[in-house]
Order: sequence, then structure tokens, then C-alpha cells
Amino acid sequence: MVEYLIDRVGLPGWLAWTAAASLAAVLILNVIAGGALVFIWAERKIAARIQDRLGPTRTGGKFGWLQSLADGIKLLAKEDLMPDGADGMLFRLAPYVSFCASFCAFIALPFAFDFVGLRLNVAVFFVVAVLGLEVFGVILAGYASASKWSLFGSMREAAQVVSYEVPLGMCVVVPVMLAGSMDMVTIAEKQAGWFWNWYLFHDPFTFVIFWVYVTCAVASVNRAPFDLAEAESELVAGFHTEYSGLRWSFFFMAEYGSMFLVSAMAAVLFLGGWNGPVPLATLAGLSEGTGDTAGYLVRLLGMVNLLGKATLGVLVMMWIRWTLPRLRIDQVMTTCLKYCTPIAAVMFAGAMLWQLFLPGGLVPGMRRPAGEIREGWLEGPGGRGAASAATGSGDLVLAPAAQVRP
Amino acid sequence: MASILDDDPRIIEFDVRTDEMLVNMGPQHPSTHGVLRLVLRTDGEIVSEVEPHIGYLHRCAEKIGENLTARQWIPYTDRMDYLAAMNMNLGWSLAVEKLMKYEVSEKARHLRVLIAELGRIASHLVGMGAYGLDLGTFSPFLYAFREREKILDLFEEACGARLTYSYITVGGLTADLPPGWLQRCEAFLDQFEPVIKEYHALLTTNAIFVKRTANIGVMSREMAIDYGCSGPVLRGSGVDQDLRRDGEAIYTAMYDGYAFEVAVMKNGRYPRDHEYPPVPPDAVIGDCWHRFFVRMIEVVQSMDLVRQAIDRYSACKGTIGEPLKLTEKIPAGDAYLETECPKGQMGFYLVGDGTAIPWRARARSSSFSNLSVTADLCRGCLIADVPAIVGSLDIVMGEIDR
Repeated sequence: MVEYLIDRVGLPGWLAWTAAASLAAVLILNVIAGGALVFIWAERKIAARIQDRLGPTRTGGKFGWLQSLADGIKLLAKEDLMPDGADGMLFRLAPYVSFCASFCAFIALPFAFDFVGLRLNVAVFFVVAVLGLEVFGVILAGYASASKWSLFGSMREAAQVVSYEVPLGMCVVVPVMLAGSMDMVTIAEKQAGWFWNWYLFHDPFTFVIFWVYVTCAVASVNRAPFDLAEAESELVAGFHTEYSGLRWSFFFMAEYGSMFLVSAMAAVLFLGGWNGPVPLATLAGLSEGTGDTAGYLVRLLGMVNLLGKATLGVLVMMWIRWTLPRLRIDQVMTTCLKYCTPIAAVMFAGAMLWQLFLPGGLVPGMRRPAGEIREGWLEGPGGRGAASAATGSGDLVLAPAAQVRP
Repeated sequence: MASILDDDPRIIEFDVRTDEMLVNMGPQHPSTHGVLRLVLRTDGEIVSEVEPHIGYLHRCAEKIGENLTARQWIPYTDRMDYLAAMNMNLGWSLAVEKLMKYEVSEKARHLRVLIAELGRIASHLVGMGAYGLDLGTFSPFLYAFREREKILDLFEEACGARLTYSYITVGGLTADLPPGWLQRCEAFLDQFEPVIKEYHALLTTNAIFVKRTANIGVMSREMAIDYGCSGPVLRGSGVDQDLRRDGEAIYTAMYDGYAFEVAVMKNGRYPRDHEYPPVPPDAVIGDCWHRFFVRMIEVVQSMDLVRQAIDRYSACKGTIGEPLKLTEKIPAGDAYLETECPKGQMGFYLVGDGTAIPWRARARSSSFSNLSVTADLCRGCLIADVPAIVGSLDIVMGEIDR
């Protein structure tokens, strides 16, 4: 698109880049924000159904489709309140920090083969790191609100998120190790084919570590039963006690954005990304790597596949939230430090040894040889960084080196 | 110039200590069950001191009682424990009847048992659901309210009101049951029985729930007695006391011939007249889990009592009789009667002087005594345990402040 703007339209380079980046940003922002609206609506309906209620039934037709939008308008129109003792600048800044952190991470999230905002060779690292920044917004909010409850909430969040990043990081490293790349596109590509190619079913250790990842992911996005930062029965509303109107909704959107992000990450890292349980496109003789319409369609279907998996993850989180009581802060920390971290470490070591001694899996021939995996595209135009990642991390690939194309 | 240095040195020492924080939990806090205000002194997450402040819901009900006739005060008793208004009506009615040495007809007696036990189920359902809310799970609350609604429907059919009934009154009840009511009540009980398993699955046996309640806020038997606790709070500590069995004659006469076991752990086990889940190994007698569990058992037992009452009520010939006149004169003298309300032993005291209006009307709240243990139970616990402990006491501010 940049080339198009420069060559055809004749814009100067900086303007073309800015225009292209703005367009991409607007696209991502609106798709995710729209998605968040849908998830908020879904949460209300699901919660209602779980609780024998109906949920929204009037706004926008029988199923209350427009409820989130109506809520958004209401929040926009609300008075902009700030406590007297609040630190004005930080108080205003905090929601945007959270929101940006949550939404920035989507830049590196691939929705399908080559459908990615920015193809990064360190995508996994980027996503985990940027998602971790969300906690700054929460701490700022708690600190700037001049409310003791907010402070409690933000301190809890800080302790919890920082602790859970340790096991989360260990869980994330396992697919990275198996794929030999931090590029999320490569990781998903290596799980192409039938569902037994998914890293979830790669070996017993990855199966266990997936569940550790789920636990840590739920904890790191502050969803029940780990929603201690906003524990409404203890801390009124936690870090966003003093927030109202649009600023509050930014926190809300950030939460739903993060939920979707960790679910999509689980899908990419463990559940084959856009590669379905059944490789329909491959069976039909189509390939997503080609640039023609068929390839484009396959990629579109892959995107639907990935969105479906991520949505499923979000729905499970909602289900958990409306079923379980909340843990206490010490129990949350115990879960992390005494269970998740050691289990993740052991499983990491186990997966490593498995990769060393049984790289082909228990059933010979079940795993596709690494050479079949489409690595060539990495060296295509625009994939320089990704290509260097593939070569740079080549040592990590424990499959026979000859099968990995240089 | 008066400086802070001129003050008591201990206060200065306290002032410069930065590691402790005074936090107001309430009176507008989502988990304090009304307008209770708890002042917490916390060091980080650890609570070193809890001080309950009450009085935000005081409505001078007792003074009003000295200006109304005994029957006219019934609606004010509704507003004490508004979650078990039937039991409040019953307590005051029995106290007045005790002073007047009045006996209601046998049919009215059984109807009173029926209504009071339904009220107990409704109250325990709220207690159970709200306790789930205190621990951060929302759905059991709505499951509990769903079933409570059906009890309220039954009450509405019987007396026209859903919350403040004034149904049981001095000298009987305001009206007999409408036709078909007993069948609908039995249908409700049949439908309700399997639902209790859901509650056990969602709360009683839920691993997180057990983690949050077992061995938290342990109150010894002695402490429970010393503080004057009553009801499920007392029985949760293993004290075998239930006024329906151990109370005064006028009250226990109501339950004459009814078969029920007091829901208390004896020799390490609860009475087994129903499939209850096993006691988790972490739970210690007197902790939040046991207080909660006693309520769950009482729900089942009350269902049993309702069934028995339905049988007896239908077997009775005649009518329930008429309640006393609004202006019925009360003899000189005084009477005090405690009854087993869902929250504990609620006592009513009245002094008559020969006129229709009591010279003195007084209520003794069970929630007040139950709440008084908060400071002792919460010392050294975490902030998250404060709602867990206060919730397990199942207090109602309307009853404490009156």
C-alpha cells in the first residue's frame, strides 16, 4: 500500500507511510473495538443464560444486539468525574496506557497465513511484553485515584500480573522451542494439517503446559477466579472504583481486548492457529500460500478458523467467571509460585527432552517432517526480519538440519 | 501555637507509622449486607483490627411500639429482619400471646409452623446466595433468588405481600390459605429438592469455596456462647441449641409432634436425614464453612417440617379462627420470649399496663450478638476474609438497628 501511495498517487514518502500506518491502526482498532463490543454483548447474554435470565432483549431487536453500543453512547454522555484528591494527569493517562498496551499487542498477532499487522520475528516476545505493559495503566489508575480501595486493587494487580508472567513466559517458550522460531506465523504453520499436528497434542508435556498456560492467561488478564484487582465484594471495584464514563470503558475494552488476545495466542501457540482440526483446504487441493483468489479465500477461511478458536477461549473464560468463586490473594500467589511455575518448568524440561529423544512422536510418521513446512516464504519480500529469525534460531530446531531449508 | 508535638507522644508515634492504613468498609460497600460500616486497620492485605459501626438504619421502631397497639406494631416487626418477616411477626405475636395467656387454634398453629418454616427457607436462601456473592461468585445468588421468588409467590397468594407480610399476627393469622395453595406449595417443594444439589455443587463442595471458607474465622464453642451468638452461628460452632426444641413452652408447643433433628455436628457428624455432601477435611468445626453448611441442612429440614405441617394442617377440622382486635387490651405485667428465627434467637419483650398500647416494647436482635464477634474473628485475617467471615454470620442490618 505504501508503494501504491508513493508510485501511483505521488505522495511523499513520510506522508505515504503515515497514511498507511493510520489506516492500519484504524482498521485494527475498530476491528478489535468492535469485537470487544460483541464480546461484551456475548458476556451479558451468556451470563444471563447461565443464571436463568434473559439478558438484554430490547435494544436493537429481540437479542439486544445493540446493547453494548447503547451502553457506549451512555458512557460517552456521562459526566466526566475525577476525585478531588486525584493526580489529574496520571488519572487521565491511566486508561489510555491500559488500552494502548492491550491493543498494541494485536499488531503482531497473525489472523491467518500472512494476515498480520506487522510480521515480527519476535512476535511471541512482543505480544507477551506489550501485554505486560497493561499493568502500568492499572497501577497508575490505582495510585492516581487517591482512593485506598483503588490502591489495594492496583497493588494486587501488580503482584499478580508480575508473578504470573513467569509461568506464562515458560509456557509460551515451549511452542517457540518446538517451532524453532518466535514468529507466530511460523509457529502456526508448523502445526498445519490434522489436529494431531497441533502442539497441544505434540507430546504429554505440551498437553499439560497448555492447561498451565490457560490458568496463567486467565490470571494475567484478571478474569475470575483471579479477578482480585477489581474484586467487587472486597474492594468495591478495585482499581477503577473512581472511574466513570468513557475512561472506565477504556479499561473495560482493554480487558476484553486482552482476553481475546490471550485466547488467540493460545490458538496460535497450541491449537494450530488457523489450521483447522481437519485440513479442509489441503484436502480440497488448495493452498493458502498462493497469491490468487483461491489462496486469498483459504486465508480468509483460516482467519474465521482462528477467530472461532479464540472466541471459544473467550467463551470458556466467561463460563468460568460465572461459575467459580474468587480466590484469595495468597491463594492466587500460591497457585502461581507453588504450582504453575514448577509445573511449567518441569514440563518445559520434559518437552525439551522429548524433542531430543522422540522428535518424530510416539507413532512414526504421524509428525510431518520439518522439511515439508513452508519456510520459503520467510525469505520473500518483506520477510527479511523473519528470515533472519529462522536462520538465527536454526540451532533450536532439533529436527534434522538437512530438512530445514536454509 | 498548638503543635502536634504537644499531643500525647503515643499518637505521634502512631501518626508516623506508615505501614498501617485505616480503611472504611461501608456503609456503602457492596459486601456489607446493608449499611454496616466496618473500620479496618490494615497492614497491606492483613487486617489487624476490625471495628463494626452500626446505627445507620435506626428507625426508632421500639419507641414507635410504645405508641401503637400490639397488633399495630406487627408491620414494624416486618421491617426488622425483612428477609424473614414471617418469623419476626411470629416472635412478637407469641410474646404478646404469652402475656395475654392466649392460645391460637390448632389449625392456626400448624399454619404458623408451615409459614415460619417457609420463611426460614427463604431467609437461608438469601443468606446462601449472598454468601456466594461475598466470595465473588454471582450465579448461586440468582439461583437462590429464583427459588426464593417461588416462596414469595406463595406468600403473596396467602397474604398479598411479598416482603413485609404482617401475615402472622396476634391471635392467629390475618387470613386462611386460598384454595389450591397447599398443592402449589407441595409442587414447589418437589421441584426445590433437587435444586439443592446444585447449590452443593456450586458452593458447598466447590474446591475454591472450600478453600475460601474452611478453617477461616474459626469460633470456638466457648466463644460462641460467651458472645451470645445464636442460630446457625451457634450451631456451626457445635453447640446443640435450637429453641424450636429447647425454647419456652409456648413456642415449643408449636412444634409438638414434629420430627426434626437439630442441625448440629455431634460426634463428628451431622444428622443424616438427607444426602448431604461430606465435610471437607480442611473444615474445622466453628469455621465459615460449617456455619454455611448448617444453613444448608436447615433448609432441607425446614422442607421436611413444611411437609409435616401441610399434613397436619390439612388434617385439622374447622377454621384458623380470627385474630385479636387491633385494640385488644393487654393485661398488666411483662413478658419476654425468644424464638428461633433464621438468623438466630430473636427476643421480644413487652410490658403491658392494662391498656391496648404496650408501656414498653423491646426487641433483642440475634444479628447484633452475632455481629459482635466480627472484631475477634477478623483479627489477623486478610481483607478478602472479612467479607467471608461477616457473610458467614448472615446478619441483617434492619434487625440490628431496628
